[in-house]
Amino acid sequence: MSVEFDQKAHATLADANLQLAIYASTGRLKRGRVASVSIGAMPDYQELRTQANAIKRHAIDNLDYYLEEFERNVTSRGGKVVYCKDATAVADFVLGLAKERGARTIVKSKSMTTEEVDLNERLEHHGLESVETDLGEYILQLNHEKPYHIVLPALHKTRFDVAEIFTRRLNAPHETVIEKQTALACAVLRDKFLTADIGISGANFLVADSGAIVVIENEGNARLTTTAPRVHIVIAGIEKVIPRARDLATFLKLLARSATGQLLSAYTSFLSGARRPGEIDGPDEFYVVLLDNGRTRLLPDKEKRQTLYCIRCGACLNACPVYRKIGGYSFPGVYSGPIGAILTPQFMGVSHEPALPFASSLCGACAEVCPVKIDIPKVLLELRADVQKAETRDKRNRLERLAFRAFAWLMTHPRMYELAGRMAAWMAPAGEGKWISSVPPLMNLPPVRAWLSQRDLPPPPAKSFREQWRQRR
Amino acid sequence: MTREHILHRIRTALGRSAGQSAGDAPPVRLVVPEVDREARIRSFTAQLEGLGGKVQRAASAEEARALVAAAIEGKSAVASNAPFLAECGIAGLEGVESGITERRQLQERCAAVRVGITSADYALADTGSLVLLSSAHEARLISLLPREHIAVVPLERMLTGLDELFAVLPAPAERTSSMVLITGPSRTADIEQILVRGAHGPGQVLAILVG
Repeated sequence: MSVEFDQKAHATLADANLQLAIYASTGRLKRGRVASVSIGAMPDYQELRTQANAIKRHAIDNLDYYLEEFERNVTSRGGKVVYCKDATAVADFVLGLAKERGARTIVKSKSMTTEEVDLNERLEHHGLESVETDLGEYILQLNHEKPYHIVLPALHKTRFDVAEIFTRRLNAPHETVIEKQTALACAVLRDKFLTADIGISGANFLVADSGAIVVIENEGNARLTTTAPRVHIVIAGIEKVIPRARDLATFLKLLARSATGQLLSAYTSFLSGARRPGEIDGPDEFYVVLLDNGRTRLLPDKEKRQTLYCIRCGACLNACPVYRKIGGYSFPGVYSGPIGAILTPQFMGVSHEPALPFASSLCGACAEVCPVKIDIPKVLLELRADVQKAETRDKRNRLERLAFRAFAWLMTHPRMYELAGRMAAWMAPAGEGKWISSVPPLMNLPPVRAWLSQRDLPPPPAKSFREQWRQRR
Repeated sequence: MTREHILHRIRTALGRSAGQSAGDAPPVRLVVPEVDREARIRSFTAQLEGLGGKVQRAASAEEARALVAAAIEGKSAVASNAPFLAECGIAGLEGVESGITERRQLQERCAAVRVGITSADYALADTGSLVLLSSAHEARLISLLPREHIAVVPLERMLTGLDELFAVLPAPAERTSSMVLITGPSRTADIEQILVRGAHGPGQVLAILVG
């Protein structure tokens, strides 16, 4: 386990307020989801999951086809599609366009993809003002932090934190009433919307047969971002494409329910380009950036490919007993929780954070709640295997393999196993039924040491199962 | 070129060749239930009210106009160019600006007034949603910038839900650059998950169902 991952996890565990915030927030989202997809509320929920999975599978298995169809349809209405291989390419494109249009201010709606490519920092580095307009994202941008949760970016911030951030960064009066904080931020941002030159949004879906993008939100900031400025740039991963507008009937029913328990979010925008002749408002120019940034690396493996079905609802985070303890910042990269544990290593390569696929109990809660049925535990296991393979040259690993070979031998030789069990019981500190918190140096092997650093061992039984079995027969 | 490079990588990874077709996609799943008119209205009302919106019914165009007049009394308003609003005489109400066709002016007025009045192309009974297609008749900002949104909708546009919407409108992009589904007031819960109605969009939504 890497030191950084370990330290962040421990820091989160030690912070009682943060523990409460994570637990309460994810708990609320969890309950909302359960209520909205229960058999009474949604009798066809499981059928919809199966349908969503089938559509995503088909779209990813034929990704080049649907991207080209999407591109043709965007282009036929005067929009432009730009393929970008990584973060630098995205920033270069936006900077180039901003320069051509003489743009200075950019408004942004919430997008995990732009977080992934660190867009704000890159743009601001070149003198552009790039403003997050989702309330949570705005708070984080003011405080130079990354999102804590896919759906609730500022989950870890209290109203008092927000008051302090607004006072410090906006010179606003100290205000701890949440309604007033919201009004304050919205007033500041209203001016930005009305004067911004470019609006940048993400996309929840790219609709191939329509050349359209779908943006889902609650505040109205994404509608403003995609309506008020003259130029609208969409930045989306290539995996977001679905074949038909009619497939949205399936996905829209699943997404908001899985994310927050809403039947639909307040605003679902289906946007197919710049405003048309006759239309009064909307952007004059429409660009869609299709981002690879490691996604094509996931395609060759038929099993791991399903990682790309993700619609970023965040349900797996809320369901995950590990996320709910160690929180969002323990995870490297911008994607946290179970989906982050399979996305990040594949985007960045498993060696970037080899501990990640192991930070799971494989309990399966994530797979159970996933609206597109990604088998996250299965992909985690595949990634664990990849980590092992990548480390075969490592000496420590050779030792580990030796240990596992010995273990396998022991498990296939019942008599030796029984003898070893008895020896262990005999060597363990005599505690008369007490839990064991330390062992003699000879027994203090790395796995035992790792176990005892966090937990105690149960006392060895007076008689092993095998002995009891023999007596009862 | 990046485009070719990325598409090539995708095809190689998937074992596909350029120009290869996609094969059959899973059949579209649209299940449109039979729900009678009153039940649709009940469901729409319950859903929208559950989100903090309001629903009123008007038997006639005159009644609709009276309801709007009462709702905007003492407030400034912009009305969209929807023919139905004109039919109801709403565009001509006192304090209502209408007939705006220029973007600058529209944005400036919508940012200044208290109420935005639109019609809706459809309403969805099972979610309490209003569906607005951008056009010369419906500008996007009228349902977005003012703090209150009033939508005046003929009852025959009340569909059962999403499935029926995509059954009657399988290709929205052929009609408009922008279709928005508005489901309740603008909201946020980004600070301590406390619900606040009225973030960047209208905090109040009133649907007047006519017919």
